Amino acid sequence: MKKLSKDTLMSFVNYGIVILFYIVFQILASTGNLSSTMKGQLIPIVSYVIMALSLNLVVGISGELSLGHAGFMSVGAFTGAVVSTALTDGIPNTVVRLLISIVIAAVMAGIAGILIGIPVLRLRGDYLAIVTLAFGEIIKNVLNCLYVGVDRRGIHFSMNSTGALDLQEGGKVVINGPMGASIMKISSFTCGIVLLLLVLFVIQNLIKSRHGRAIMAIRDNRIAAEACGLNVTKYKLIAFVISAAMAGAAGCLYALNFATVAPKKFDFNTSILVLVFVVLGGIGNMTGSIIAAALLTVLPELLRQFQDYRMLIYAIVLVLVMIATNNEKIRGLIKSIGKKNKQESSGKEAA
Amino acid sequence: MSNQKETRYVDVPGPGRIPERDKGRGPVLECTHLGIEFGGLKAVEEFNIAVGATEIGGLIGPNGAGKTTVFNLLTKVYQPTHGVILLDGKDTHGMSTAQVNQAGIARTFQNIRLFDKLSVEDNVKVGMHNNVKYHLPSSVFRLPKFWQEEKRAHESALELLDIFGMADLADVKASSLPYGAQRRLEIVRALATKPKLLLLDEPAAGMNPSETEELMNNIRKIRDTFGIAVLLIEHDMNLVMGICENIIVLNFGKVIAKGTPEEIQNDPVVIEAYLGSQADETGSEGFAASAAKEAQKKKAEKEKAHMSEVEEASVDVEE
Ligand SMILES: Nc1ncnc2c1ncn2[C@@H]1O[C@H](COP(=O)(O)OP(=O)(O)O)[C@@H](O)[C@H]1O
Ligand SMILES: [Mg+2]
Repeated sequence: MKKLSKDTLMSFVNYGIVILFYIVFQILASTGNLSSTMKGQLIPIVSYVIMALSLNLVVGISGELSLGHAGFMSVGAFTGAVVSTALTDGIPNTVVRLLISIVIAAVMAGIAGILIGIPVLRLRGDYLAIVTLAFGEIIKNVLNCLYVGVDRRGIHFSMNSTGALDLQEGGKVVINGPMGASIMKISSFTCGIVLLLLVLFVIQNLIKSRHGRAIMAIRDNRIAAEACGLNVTKYKLIAFVISAAMAGAAGCLYALNFATVAPKKFDFNTSILVLVFVVLGGIGNMTGSIIAAALLTVLPELLRQFQDYRMLIYAIVLVLVMIATNNEKIRGLIKSIGKKNKQESSGKEAA
Repeated sequence: MSNQKETRYVDVPGPGRIPERDKGRGPVLECTHLGIEFGGLKAVEEFNIAVGATEIGGLIGPNGAGKTTVFNLLTKVYQPTHGVILLDGKDTHGMSTAQVNQAGIARTFQNIRLFDKLSVEDNVKVGMHNNVKYHLPSSVFRLPKFWQEEKRAHESALELLDIFGMADLADVKASSLPYGAQRRLEIVRALATKPKLLLLDEPAAGMNPSETEELMNNIRKIRDTFGIAVLLIEHDMNLVMGICENIIVLNFGKVIAKGTPEEIQNDPVVIEAYLGSQADETGSEGFAASAAKEAQKKKAEKEKAHMSEVEEASVDVEE
């Protein structure tokens, strides 16, 4: 029997974690053991896990620093709001409407990624950090004065006010400047989990292919990668655009879980929060991203009842996550446990 | 000292001569008036050579002579300020490092540049990147083309590693290899790009005599099995005189001598350049390789750390 490589094993572990998470919470929900706060947190958790995974593709695998990941989430969120509203009458099935919204949101965020990536990724140095930081702020400010409405004639845009949209009777204002988007809640936990599994599938397959090897080779040694005939800009762009598209999809999933979403939700703090998930989970470590993003998204909510100790517990968990995912000794321990298992199983094989 | 029969050379039009056996194919590399200036410093000037299609050439000279700079010019890490580089008769003007590699020049680095976090096998597979052919959708969705090509890549990566007996190290992380093995892996990775010309920058640095001996045999084996040209920079005179058919000596950026090992060993200008600074080490007869080696090694050791830093820094500046 062909032995599974460690990486392949980890990929399956990651799928397993996600599926286990889904099953546990589905059971809790169906048996009525899930508080309504927790229920409300399920889709945000999934969205932030996707955000962390996709940012890890840029930061961990491609080795570039992006400080505006929430910008792509924002593009996806507001695209999703407009698309899903515009399709309300045309496509009554909410699952289909959600899927179409997510796809278009991902495409729009991907296009934003291309527009930023092409000029910036050709440069050497940390320009991407600066430009993505600016992008996040610009997107927020543009959305702050964007008004979008939908009526029977189609979609209307304005940068002034809702009045300028000139909607017909029965028309709806979808995006109302700083007030954000008013949305029909159509996201579902199940759809979110499917999206998350797809994102994991794409990232993990990408990493273990010629394209992923090229991306990581460029990260490890740009000059040697060029000397091996690799087109550096192309592969940095591939990683960046895929990541942006995934963030767009996450943004759409997130937005369509709420009645309203304001542009300021996706500001610099959110970008940094996602970066914190990635760093705490371990740069380049997908399992770590999943766990860190899930824990740290849900924790502040869970701790509301312990007002006084909330920040203390949050800090302790931060430290624990960091130790568990980045500490060499603990990793070694986990590895040695893994080895023991392997020896046992290979012993069985031999017998 | 030279343990091989002398190669017979023929003159070709252009900057030099190539082995008679390569006459039919013409030179794989021709440089004419090649040079580069950093600010006012002429790091390399008037570099003229021809390399035959299956020739093993050597580039020697004291530290700081401009040898690595020549490699950086050939691979377009630096854009030349003067001269022409013809690869298989085609001008490489305006090409990027990646394009030059695709056109047929592969190299190793004096200060090792592996993909540290990748496995040995993946390092080789990155070298094979342009010869493994499937598109992004095949990667992401694991289409049949992916499996076919990856299987082929895996097999040829192991085959290439086997040249240096490294197939059993395939799963090891590149950065955890011992020094000598890292140098060998760089050669394998370069070979994986299917070059016509292989540039080796101090391949024996840090190797013990038996490793060096094995390396010599392997360089010859590579030339013979793949039918490619090799140009190498090396301070180990046993290696240079043992396998190079043609040697170019650089000093202060200029070519001060060219010729067969025999010719170089007896060239007074070369002896002067190499041994001039070590006045107390006279008494060596001819091109006393051992003396030169000792002196050079001492100097190299002292300067190695410094030089690689300089190279690293200067390359970064160039970026
Ligand atoms: N990018 C650069 N900028 C300035 N000087 C450089 C640069 N690269 C190399 N040099 C100089 O060119 C000379 C030749 O260096 P090098 O080619 O590394 O010598 P070596 O023969 O030891 O390989 C040295 O004086 C070095 O400092
Ligand atoms: Mg050098």
